[in-house]
Amino acid sequence: MTTNILEQAEGHFEMFQVLNEEGEVVNKEALPDLSDEDLKELMKRMVYTRIFDQRAVSLNRQGRLGFYAPVAGQEASMLGSQYALEQKDWIIPGYRDVPQIVWHGLPLYQAFLFSRGHFHGGQIPEELNVLSPQIIIGAQIVQTAGVALGLKKKGKDSVAITYTGDGGASQGDFYEGMNFAGSFKAPAIFVVQNNQFAISVPAGEQTAAKTIAQKAVAAGIPGVQVDGMDVLAVYAATQEARSRALNGEGPTLLETLCYRYGPHTMAGDDPTRYRTSDLDDEWEKRDPLVRFRKYLESKDLWSEEQENEVVDKAKEEIKAAIKEADDTPKQKVSDLIENMHEVLPPHLKDQLEEYREKESK
Amino acid sequence: MAQMTMIQAITDAMRTELKNDENVLVFGEDVGQYGGVFRATEGLQKEFGEDRVFDTPLAESGISGLSIGLSLTGFRSVMEIQFFGFVFETMDGIAGQMSRLRYRSGDHYNAPVTVRSPFGGGVKTPELHADSLEGLMAQSPGLRVVVPSSPYDAKGLLISSIRDNDPVVFLEHMKLYRSFREEVPEEEYTVDLDKAAVKREGKDVSIITYGAMVQTSLKAADELAEEGIEAEIVDLRTISPLDMETVLESVKKTNRAIVVQEAQKQAGIANNVVAEINEHAILHLEAPVLRVTAPDTVFPFAAAEDVWLPDHTNVIEKVKSVVNF
Repeated sequence: MTTNILEQAEGHFEMFQVLNEEGEVVNKEALPDLSDEDLKELMKRMVYTRIFDQRAVSLNRQGRLGFYAPVAGQEASMLGSQYALEQKDWIIPGYRDVPQIVWHGLPLYQAFLFSRGHFHGGQIPEELNVLSPQIIIGAQIVQTAGVALGLKKKGKDSVAITYTGDGGASQGDFYEGMNFAGSFKAPAIFVVQNNQFAISVPAGEQTAAKTIAQKAVAAGIPGVQVDGMDVLAVYAATQEARSRALNGEGPTLLETLCYRYGPHTMAGDDPTRYRTSDLDDEWEKRDPLVRFRKYLESKDLWSEEQENEVVDKAKEEIKAAIKEADDTPKQKVSDLIENMHEVLPPHLKDQLEEYREKESK
Repeated sequence: MAQMTMIQAITDAMRTELKNDENVLVFGEDVGQYGGVFRATEGLQKEFGEDRVFDTPLAESGISGLSIGLSLTGFRSVMEIQFFGFVFETMDGIAGQMSRLRYRSGDHYNAPVTVRSPFGGGVKTPELHADSLEGLMAQSPGLRVVVPSSPYDAKGLLISSIRDNDPVVFLEHMKLYRSFREEVPEEEYTVDLDKAAVKREGKDVSIITYGAMVQTSLKAADELAEEGIEAEIVDLRTISPLDMETVLESVKKTNRAIVVQEAQKQAGIANNVVAEINEHAILHLEAPVLRVTAPDTVFPFAAAEDVWLPDHTNVIEKVKSVVNF
């Protein structure tokens, strides 16, 4: 009987999909109400981000970038969810979630500075509601419950969204964040981008649960498993979660099934040690760009010329952003000291003086 | 003026700031309707409503995360860790996250969070309630760590902590909660952070201490005075950053010093104080700076507490060692 209850429960977490791998609509009722311009914009952003990823990987190999976690394969999951937000919404990202905050408004050169470990990368422009990517797995999830509760208390008409991966769903903070937000009915959206591997450990080894989406049940909130290679499904699911949140119905957990084509980060990870090329091929058949391109071509909304234009524009803007990052003044120890407190304590004042003197030589 | 215990002074400080600033929120486990396990938040929910004084689910990391997120939306959180031994559950939230928000954002965001928590021995708690873990906090850049030793200081320091725009860990020694009363103004006042106080003047030796050990040291000083040794007592009040100006002024006057803490020898803040004196006043010293501390075991099971905790006889003994050096 116990087994039966679990099986029945797990049966409720079937993957939500709008477009199949051929770019055909398989779930007409769920097709989001997006204009042709919106559809083209989504494609543009995914193509742009794929180029960004290629350039970032290459710049990293040349030693011109610092910490970088590749994003190719996750464009639909990242950008479909971000596109469902409004500018006033908060994004509290994990370390891989740079594209979402860039499309929300973080200047590209600052994303590169973040990668290089320059503090200006974290100086979020005024009026932009994002945090720098969180490095500790799960810390962003409990903070999101706080942002969402704050938005609710201030009566703001906006939500907080956060991202983690399949590994992140094993952290205590994952449950604490969902449970706090659920208990306070706070307007939060928790996205788990299940890209199948937490560095090397396969998602199936993280948990006995058949899906990550079902973990929402423990917190008493809805959970949805979404085809994370299908940008329309991710958009629709996020939009619904956002509406629920704004209606005072509380948080939602979204599990987006996706794949990272590249290594975990550019710091020496070798995916061939834990993944087969067969598995890579299997996921590449579901590629979010290929699928959405087919869909747009069937509607006569996309052409090779349009795509080339986006590619050229991306390359040009990335080049300019790298130049701007290069031109940013080098960071000094005195900058770091000054950013520690509003009112510097005496020992730091002494150390500030010491470093300023060294730096003036 | 009213006679208040330290716990009453702490409640009064929170009430004062809840009144002064609508963005102040008070929350934690059992702090709402129940008023906290020590009644520190007694009556506050009734007075200010459930929106501003509220219970959280039982999870310390969640509570810290909540505070950080609330900071980003304009709130000033006074969060309670029910007993400071539970801080290990949220070392990341405090030492890894709220302490770094300003730094990480290049001064764009900040976390005006006060982490209130009871700690300290002598009340026979179960394990991981009474431990002196202030040293862990003091070693984390970006945090201020405040340990009041009296009702008057507790109110003024807590108001200053809540008003500070950076995170402050505010540690309340359980033994001091109701052990004595003193005059505490009912109106608002502040006691400066980062400032030590001379709690007793003396010319022969400096006793540098904080928290419950201030009372222990005062008792020792009274007995020493009967033997003709006049001890000066410096109450650090803020243990990170250290107010070395006040400490050094005292040491340069007395030329002898000991540091007294309830924490173990390897923990607490005594080592930093000794190192600073060494760097800045060694030629003023007539004797090495000695330490009165607990031994380097984990905080003991309740039945061994009385013999484990430093007491005034240990202070007297160490003072005599440096005076007779």
